[in-house]
Amino acid sequence: MSDMSQLYQEVILDHNRKPRNWGAIDGANRHADGHNPLCGDHIKLTMNVTDDKIETIAFEGNGCAICKASSSMMTGAVKGKSVQDAETLVEEFRSMTTGTLNPESQESHLGKLKIFAGVKDLPSRVKCAILPWHTLHAALHSENTASTEGQDDPVPDSGIVA
Amino acid sequence: MKIDQSNIEKIRADFPILNLQVSGKPLVYLDNAASSQMPKQVIDRIVRYQQAEHANIHRAVHYLSELATREYEEARVKVQQFIKAKESREVIFTRGTTEAINLVMHGYGRSFIGKGDEIILSGLEHHANIVPWQMLAEEKGAVLRVIPINDQGDLLQDEFEALFNDKTKFLALSHVSNALGTINPVKQMIAYARRCGVPVLLDGAQAAPHQAIDVQDLDCDFYAFSSHKMCGPTGIGVLYGKADLLEKMNPFMGGGDMILSVTFEKTQYNVIPGKFEAGTPPIMAAIALGAAIDYLNDIGLDNIDAYEHQLLDYATEKLSAMPGVKIIGTAKQKAAVVSFEIDGVHPHDVGTILNAEGVAIRTGHHCAQPVMDRFNVPATARASFAFYNTEAEIDKLINGIRKVQEMFT
Repeated sequence: MSDMSQLYQEVILDHNRKPRNWGAIDGANRHADGHNPLCGDHIKLTMNVTDDKIETIAFEGNGCAICKASSSMMTGAVKGKSVQDAETLVEEFRSMTTGTLNPESQESHLGKLKIFAGVKDLPSRVKCAILPWHTLHAALHSENTASTEGQDDPVPDSGIVA
Repeated sequence: MKIDQSNIEKIRADFPILNLQVSGKPLVYLDNAASSQMPKQVIDRIVRYQQAEHANIHRAVHYLSELATREYEEARVKVQQFIKAKESREVIFTRGTTEAINLVMHGYGRSFIGKGDEIILSGLEHHANIVPWQMLAEEKGAVLRVIPINDQGDLLQDEFEALFNDKTKFLALSHVSNALGTINPVKQMIAYARRCGVPVLLDGAQAAPHQAIDVQDLDCDFYAFSSHKMCGPTGIGVLYGKADLLEKMNPFMGGGDMILSVTFEKTQYNVIPGKFEAGTPPIMAAIALGAAIDYLNDIGLDNIDAYEHQLLDYATEKLSAMPGVKIIGTAKQKAAVVSFEIDGVHPHDVGTILNAEGVAIRTGHHCAQPVMDRFNVPATARASFAFYNTEAEIDKLINGIRKVQEMFT
């Protein structure tokens, strides 16, 4: 990807500047912290799940534009969805950004999230995009932390080291 | 040979990789603090060794083994002269700076540092000079004390001296900070430690490629550095240690080559440096490091130092003049490293966008998280220069930063 405007589109830059669903929900019944130790990206995700439905969701933290925009758009995409539908999106997003799902030729529920397809060409940035989705998965499973390392490493062969 | 307009292109022509196109643009390689590039003189030396000189060393009596052994030991002498060590047996080949520090931790620390003892480190250290000492402190019940840094990135000398007491058993200090470029006043700090009877290890990974080193003048007890930051290959580094200390240390690893005799009852260890070089060493890499030293000596470390400081001054002036760009680390004495942040843009986005311009910089915590915490940033962008860089390349960095700012406004 030599043309950066393919990835750093206005949508991503806008979500980076004005992240949606920013903050923390008091008394949330699901939460998780996501951390990418390699670049310091760190997000805190809080949400309320009632009758298998994500009623409210919010995030805050520090990260690059890719991570922040991905977090912002993730919260918008799963708010109001069932846990099952959210998990489907986690799986599809992960497949798209690691290059096993081509959203142009294969069916998916990704919609606007397709703009992150370009990160598959930037192995060192895949983790930035996936972190919020890992964190969502962890929160839905009531694990309290998510990481982009170890068993959860989405790109174990990317050669990224601290 | 003084480096200037008249010969910089000739020097650049020694580095084949500088002809590379990245993202369709000429490579601008400004990540030299992470790893430097290799001149064809060193590449050719590697090829010659593998084609006509390779065999295992210190073993057989045949032609190739004797030749490889001689070349390997000559490389040791080149290192000795490069750092002005008294004797070549004070030079131990390791895999790199990290292994050299770990060797001292295991070989010296585990024997001579105990419960309640204190180890002094600085707030500028690379993880390689923190984690081994933490491991030792945990094992032995020793305590780490940290020299604080000021807002410019200089170590606070009064606080440094105040850390010493009768429990202080070791000082582990970077010569030059990899994250900020600070050149520490190591000579005076070593002299102070020496008056307190405390041995000193210098992490010289960022210093050895850029300035002349004289371990006897510094009077440090240990000096560690890596080949791949000084135009040599990866997989080899150096631990210098004073002979009397190395002699009383325990071996770090056991195996072949580090022994005089072995029975199932008792093994007698080899003398230094062999005692610390168990197993077949990276012979090719050591010989290539010797060739890299020859190459650097041909140009002259003082000339390299002077030219890199011109680049540093140029980059510092240009970056300081840019609105929204803040340099992190403005110590009085600096090596050619500039860490910076751009208002409202995460360093990783900076790095990705610069890469599309062919410009390679490092982004992240630079394996120095305590430094990042001190300056309250998660990461920085870092440009680090070598003697084959040019002001025109720094201009490309500046233009790339302008593009980043345009994109993010």
